[in-house]
Formats: sequence, C-alpha cells, structure tokens
Amino acid sequence: MADQATFADQAMDLMPSLYAAALRMTRNTADAEDLVQETYLRAYRGFAGFEQGTNLKAWLYRILTNTYINSYRAKKRRPEETELDEVEDLYLYRRIGGLEAAMAGRSAEDELLDRFTDAEVKEALESLPENFRMAVLLADVEGFAYKEIADILDIPIGTVMSRLHRGRKALQKQLYEFAVQRNLAAPRDDTMSNTHV
Amino acid sequence: MSDCQDSLHELYRYLDGELTEDRRDKIQRHLDGCQPCAEPYDFEAELRSVIRRKCQEQVPEALVAKVKAALVNEASKPPDQQPTA
Repeated sequence: MADQATFADQAMDLMPSLYAAALRMTRNTADAEDLVQETYLRAYRGFAGFEQGTNLKAWLYRILTNTYINSYRAKKRRPEETELDEVEDLYLYRRIGGLEAAMAGRSAEDELLDRFTDAEVKEALESLPENFRMAVLLADVEGFAYKEIADILDIPIGTVMSRLHRGRKALQKQLYEFAVQRNLAAPRDDTMSNTHV
Repeated sequence: MSDCQDSLHELYRYLDGELTEDRRDKIQRHLDGCQPCAEPYDFEAELRSVIRRKCQEQVPEALVAKVKAALVNEASKPPDQQPTA
C-alpha cells in the first residue's frame, strides 16, 4: 500500500527517462508529452496499488507501455512492420571494429562509435519495428533485466531475448548505413577476414 | 562447443548481466586470456554505452509544469470523482 502524497517525490525524478522512452515510442514530441502526462495521471490514480519496495521505474514503464499501446498506437496510419531481415551477428564490429582497432589502436574504435550523433542513434533505434524497438529500448537504454522487460511488455522471457537479439543486429545495420553515408566507414559487402569468433 | 564459441554465444547475456555467477566467471577467465574474443565484447559494451548516452532527453520545463498541475488538479477532486485505476 502506497500513499499518493509520496507519489510526486518518487516518480517525478524518473520523468527524463520516461519522456525519452515516450519519444522513441511515439516518434514525435506532441504525442510523447501527452503520453507522459497520461502515464503520470494513471500512475497517480493507481499508486495505492503499487507495492512500496518493488521497482517503481518498472511499474511506471509498464503503465507507459500499456498507455502507449492502448491510446497512441491505434492512431498510427501505416501498418507496423513486424519482421526484420536476417542480419549476421556482430554486424557492426565486423565492419568497423577490428579494422579500426588494428589500424590505430583501441581508442580509435571508441572515438568512431562516439562520432555517431545523438540524432543518428535515436533515428536508428526509431527505425526498428515496434516490438524490437521496445525490447532494445528497455534493455540497452534503460538497463532493465530480461525478467523486468518480460513483465513490462507482458511477453515470455524467451521472446524478450529473441527480440533483443534481432533488434540489436538491425540497429547495428542502420548505424553502419549512417557511418557509410557520412564516410565514417567504407562501404563493404563482405565480412572481415578476422572471423575468429 | 569451444570456449570461443561459448563466449560469443553468451556475449549479450553476459553484457546484460543475465548469466549465473559461475558462467560469468568462466567467460571472464576466457576473455582475460583470449584477445580475439575480448575485442567484440569491448566493442559491444562500448556501443551499448554510446546508445544509452545518446538517447537521453531533456524534459521540457513546460511538460514538468503540466504534469505537476495535472496531479494537483487530480488530488483536489472530491473522492467520488476520482476514477479507480
């Protein structure tokens, strides 16, 4: 049993993270703001049912996700792709990882990744079909455990893992395309000969 | 499977903190002695950190104010007007 009066204290600090997630889900600021406000209202009304000591952030994300699915996804006109092309493991590493590192030392590789702009990384994530985007967002941006993601999205853990696996590879493919477009990496079709793993 | 294949297979579960302590230790020992396996691990860890850092957002102050106002408004409603969640 939780007191609504303590809700604001505990929940307001989490707004930057919820707003960032809402932006990745809705892909526009007006809907993201509405989604965050609706999430806080619903959470406030239901806060008595939140069990203190359990994970408030995961609880809020569950409300955010359900609100998004029920209220905002319905507004979308174009159907969401639900499948992804097959992409090899370590897609980005095999193209820009070992090569750069071998040429110029480890720090060059970190710098190369850092040269992606915020906008490119956000766009790459937002380019993923929704099911994959949500899993990658919750794991890689928010750091939730598989079990928490399974609870938030109401799917089995095995499904979380497979969506993460495929979503991450597709995200890497999109990042690589940005890298090639900006001449950060040379275009190449083959994989590197360094296929030790 | 070889230790190298094992280590690649479990790369994400390792980085996600989802392995048992035993598995984690075993992978860690392998990575300590196998640079070709350690490199993709480092790369994926760095990529994760870049993704997390670059997906942060500044909340518009107007949104914070709007949410606070909405909650105050909600709190001021008589109990019979408050919907149950």
